[in-house]
Amino acid sequence: MTIDVVVNSTARRLTLDCAVTLLDALREHLGLVGTKKGCDQGACGACTVLLDGKRVLSCLTLAAQCDGRTVTTIEGLATDGELHPVQAAFLRHDGFQCGYCTAGQIMSAVALLEEGRTGSDAEIREFMSGNLCRCGAYPNIVAAIREVAAARRA
Amino acid sequence: MAPFEYVRTEDVAGAVAMVSADPGASFLAGGTTHLDLLLKDAVIASNRLVDITRLPLRGIARVDDTLRIGALTTMEELAADPLVTERLPLVREALLASASTQIRNMATIGGNLLQRTRCRYFRDRNVAACNKRAPGSGCAAVAHVARMHAILGASEHCIALHASDLCVPLVALDAVVHVQGAARLRTVPLTELYVLPGARPDVENVLEHGELITQVEVPLLPPGARSGYLKVRDRASYEFALTSAAAALVLDRGTIASARLALGGVGTIPWRAHEAEAVLTGAPATVTTFRAAAEAAIHDPFIVPGTAFKVELAKRTMVRILETVSGVKP
Repeated sequence: MTIDVVVNSTARRLTLDCAVTLLDALREHLGLVGTKKGCDQGACGACTVLLDGKRVLSCLTLAAQCDGRTVTTIEGLATDGELHPVQAAFLRHDGFQCGYCTAGQIMSAVALLEEGRTGSDAEIREFMSGNLCRCGAYPNIVAAIREVAAARRA
Repeated sequence: MAPFEYVRTEDVAGAVAMVSADPGASFLAGGTTHLDLLLKDAVIASNRLVDITRLPLRGIARVDDTLRIGALTTMEELAADPLVTERLPLVREALLASASTQIRNMATIGGNLLQRTRCRYFRDRNVAACNKRAPGSGCAAVAHVARMHAILGASEHCIALHASDLCVPLVALDAVVHVQGAARLRTVPLTELYVLPGARPDVENVLEHGELITQVEVPLLPPGARSGYLKVRDRASYEFALTSAAAALVLDRGTIASARLALGGVGTIPWRAHEAEAVLTGAPATVTTFRAAAEAAIHDPFIVPGTAFKVELAKRTMVRILETVSGVKP
């Protein structure tokens, strides 16, 4: 089947089998390998992307369901070579170790800020709980998000 | 996974007709359970997925003292509704204790009601004995490691848990489900939607193939009612319940004028605790009353070694939520 989808502000037409997930469409069909395949079963959050601005799991979304919709991946966050503030904060705070979960963490954090769920560390932790980090970089991830949230409020 | 066809339709009758006419077809909404079981675990099959996510079944409206929730409203959308926050705090708390934000942005209210069990044996196609997957094959969970399993409505045929958080307050509130079939529209009280597994755990509800949940009607609690949801789990967030309880009380000078109570994490279906409600109603709001109600709620449990702890944990969960909701201190 053929679908039209806007990925990171670029209109794309894809011809793929209807069983292809959004995650595989991004990685295998569009070469956007920033989005990571962790559990591939909705348990880890590594594949988090924004669909029409909302964070979702691309491993449990069919590409077919995204026809006519807008997808943002980690590759779409930086503008004109400038890192997104959340990306920069993750670097400053060392919000990762192996880096495998990082794209998902950052996409989730970008959505979290839009949702306004950064009122406290406890709130950040609760609403980031869908993104697992097996290296245990959580304290630094929380610190990065806290900093961006504070800068936005200032 | 066997190949399947994907189709999309934008009218409800068309979607219902399409699935009704084809025994191998199924509806696809948020997909968080369905695609998992179909694509990843390969324990269910469907030769045709009818994507219903663009049907006009989304949104929340108040009609008199009832909230009418379109079946395709997402869990996040329902949790954000101001009237839910104000008049149905137990529903909001159950929603926000469910899954993760990513999943709540995808998963729909209708789909939540019909989610399949998380039983590892059901979800592992290499396990032969599963009466839910293969009727008559036995139950691996009863004889092997079990923990996230049911103790109420269970038997040697099946101990698979109904893992929904949302359904716990919804059965407590007497929610009603609107269903559209090829030939008729009907309403089903949520407490009558589910079928106890008995000897046929593969039959989970009273819906016929092709019938679609279009709306969920939830009566608002009376002003002044107090309510809440408590979920006990192995980790602080993003985990299914070991036990949970939803409670709503109307108190009148220290006496419980009315009580609604339901349990999660323990039943093969979302579990309304009618016996406990009978103990609570008209009784003084004290910890002694709460404990007596909890004792009444858990009778004749079917336990295996891995689930025996749930009997006491479920009782304490009930006592704790009743303390929290009533403000009565131990």
